[in-house]
Amino acid sequence: MSAITTPLPGSPVAWKLPYRGKVGMACLIFAESAIFTIFVVAYLYYVGKGLSGPTPREVLETPIFYTICLLSSSLTIHFAGKLLERGRRTAFLLSWFLTIALGALFLYGTGQEWHRLIYEHGLTISTNLFGTTYYSLVGLHAFHVTAGLVMLSIVLFFGLAGRVGPEHSARVDVLSLYWHFVDAVWVIVFTVVYVLGR
Amino acid sequence: MSSDAIAIQTASRPWLETLHEWLTTVDHKRLGVLYIVYALCFLMIGGIEATVIRIQLIRPHNDFVSPQVFNRMFTMHGTTMIFFVAMPILFGFANYLVPLMIGARDMAFPRLNAFGFWLTAFGGLLLYFSFVGGSGLYGAGNAPDVGWFAYAPLTSRAFSVGHSSDYWTIALLVSGFGSISTAINIIATILCMRCPGMLLSRMPLLAWLNLVMAGMVILAVSPLTAAQLMLLIDRYLGGHFFDTQTGGSATLWMHFFWIFGHPEVYVLIIPAFAFASEIIPVFSRKPIFGYPVMVAATICIGFIGLSVWAHHMFTIGMTSYTNSFFVLTTMAIAVPTGIKIFNWLGTMWGGKIQFKTPMLFCVGFLFQFLIAGLTGVMMAVAPFDWQLGNSYFVVAHFHYVIVGGILFCLFGAFYYWYPKITGRMLNEGLGKLHFWLFLIGFHLTFDLMHIPGLLGMPRRIYTYEPGRGWDTLNFLVSIGAFVQGVAILVFVANLVVSYFKGAKAGNDPWDAWTLEWSISSPPPVYNFASIPTVASRRPLWDLKHPEDPDSRYE
Repeated sequence: MSAITTPLPGSPVAWKLPYRGKVGMACLIFAESAIFTIFVVAYLYYVGKGLSGPTPREVLETPIFYTICLLSSSLTIHFAGKLLERGRRTAFLLSWFLTIALGALFLYGTGQEWHRLIYEHGLTISTNLFGTTYYSLVGLHAFHVTAGLVMLSIVLFFGLAGRVGPEHSARVDVLSLYWHFVDAVWVIVFTVVYVLGR
Repeated sequence: MSSDAIAIQTASRPWLETLHEWLTTVDHKRLGVLYIVYALCFLMIGGIEATVIRIQLIRPHNDFVSPQVFNRMFTMHGTTMIFFVAMPILFGFANYLVPLMIGARDMAFPRLNAFGFWLTAFGGLLLYFSFVGGSGLYGAGNAPDVGWFAYAPLTSRAFSVGHSSDYWTIALLVSGFGSISTAINIIATILCMRCPGMLLSRMPLLAWLNLVMAGMVILAVSPLTAAQLMLLIDRYLGGHFFDTQTGGSATLWMHFFWIFGHPEVYVLIIPAFAFASEIIPVFSRKPIFGYPVMVAATICIGFIGLSVWAHHMFTIGMTSYTNSFFVLTTMAIAVPTGIKIFNWLGTMWGGKIQFKTPMLFCVGFLFQFLIAGLTGVMMAVAPFDWQLGNSYFVVAHFHYVIVGGILFCLFGAFYYWYPKITGRMLNEGLGKLHFWLFLIGFHLTFDLMHIPGLLGMPRRIYTYEPGRGWDTLNFLVSIGAFVQGVAILVFVANLVVSYFKGAKAGNDPWDAWTLEWSISSPPPVYNFASIPTVASRRPLWDLKHPEDPDSRYE
């Protein structure tokens, strides 16, 4: 039995399989969703179960402006991808930079809220059950935003060095898939923490 | 490239260069071998821990080890065997075989593959470093002793001082990231790297089953990761997730652990099914019976397997609705599993069965897995479980699944694919000796172990009073464990001796039908000189029998 060197008969003409980057990212998103699900379940399960204050009703303020920032960054990254595909590099870089700026603004918002909670209301992760679940869920999301910003910035630096072209559009799309996920998770976290949790 | 050529190459090179090559490799075959060798080392360690447990329980009022050491032994035995033996060894086989079977040159993400392996490897080292570093500055307990599912509040600072639980947590966290990255890789490889003509409906069952396994890893290991993060927050940042004194819940940890824990059983058994589904047809000289049904049953198991976890928790007092739900799902999962058993029997029915060692292990698997499934259905009945939860009956049941099912298939896989991996056959005589010794030892240990469970012997008990009817049984159970130990030594000797002295395997020693047997043993680095094209489920059959190819009937 020798190695197969000649194709077997009946080979199909067209053979196209999905792009591995996209499949890999989709799997990562499934895994991350499972992690977030557990944290969300813990948050909802523990709502109102804490034995001491402060409670969410007393201290939480809805971060509407920063939420708009984050969600609109999904739009800018989408347009950035389209612009790159058409070869309009400068417009791509501009739109990409805007995405990073909006994401960073959101992070600033989270930081400001935490600062207020810690210094004005004395709520830390060890204060009570609400503090534990709140900081870990919102913190987990903020960590994902940070990781996303790092990756987006790497692309920005390569782009500024003139190394990102339309041929990389498939890879850039994989990254924007991740960013869309981070935004979608915020919709869930926002609903759970600021709407249902109060 | 023949094995001689490789031997000459490696012999003439300085060992440092060879070592460097293995440490930096991104080749799926080498990583597969690394996974397997690594897991075999931990199998030895986990086996020694099991032996310590059995020596301690061989007679009443024994004090071979202290109670504290006994707690560490069963914790480390369970954690090691699940996370650092079973998972890596199955990932190793998946890594090695999946690309070869679907006609690919490597995994979809070779570097991610290496990353996953090294995470798992360092996770295992971290767990065992606890023996040295666990007591830290406190001088309190070293290795983790909280049981492999580490129920709260045992893991809280008050009850687990020092760092032993932290080593457990971080080892599982790290290896969990490794598992998730490997699972992502397996899925991307199967979906995106198949050779032309390898439709999903033509994939070898091994690839299909590993696809489902990888999907389950993604959905099941992630909750464990999340739960471990919460535990770390509790232990290091003063959080209250599992702290009942501030409103936290110990039950939530149980749910989170078993949402991982039960799918994990299927993560381990599905690749074992995959081995059986490749080996049984080849040694029955018949194609697999009911291929589409096998795939459907596997996917079914994958889905139902995600919704049975709380049958581990009947004894904690859940509502009757919750109990009923998990009773029903647990019983339902027996249906697709039964379908599989019938399909393997259907494959053997009327075949020209060759009882070579791989087939022997698979036949043993069929019978033992059936019994394991039956005791599983017994314990799915909540009232029965209330009687026997946390008894030796449970221990016997899940060892029947893991040893009688998974390990038997794994041994079959070793005998079947060792020729492909090394280019040498494993010795058939030693193989049969290994099989019979292990079979006798296995049944002596785990058949009898059900009975002290029924008589009320709790699991994890350090020692027991004489005269409860447990004495002789425990003695025989321990003897069986030693027989299994001897069988494992025969197996290891076979692995080593055959590597140097075994008969040359050639490309296709079993006259098999999947793509990995079309290339030399061991395969060249690039796997396939030119990417093959397939037209049926048994591409090699087509090649060997051009007058009557399978492709005509599909």
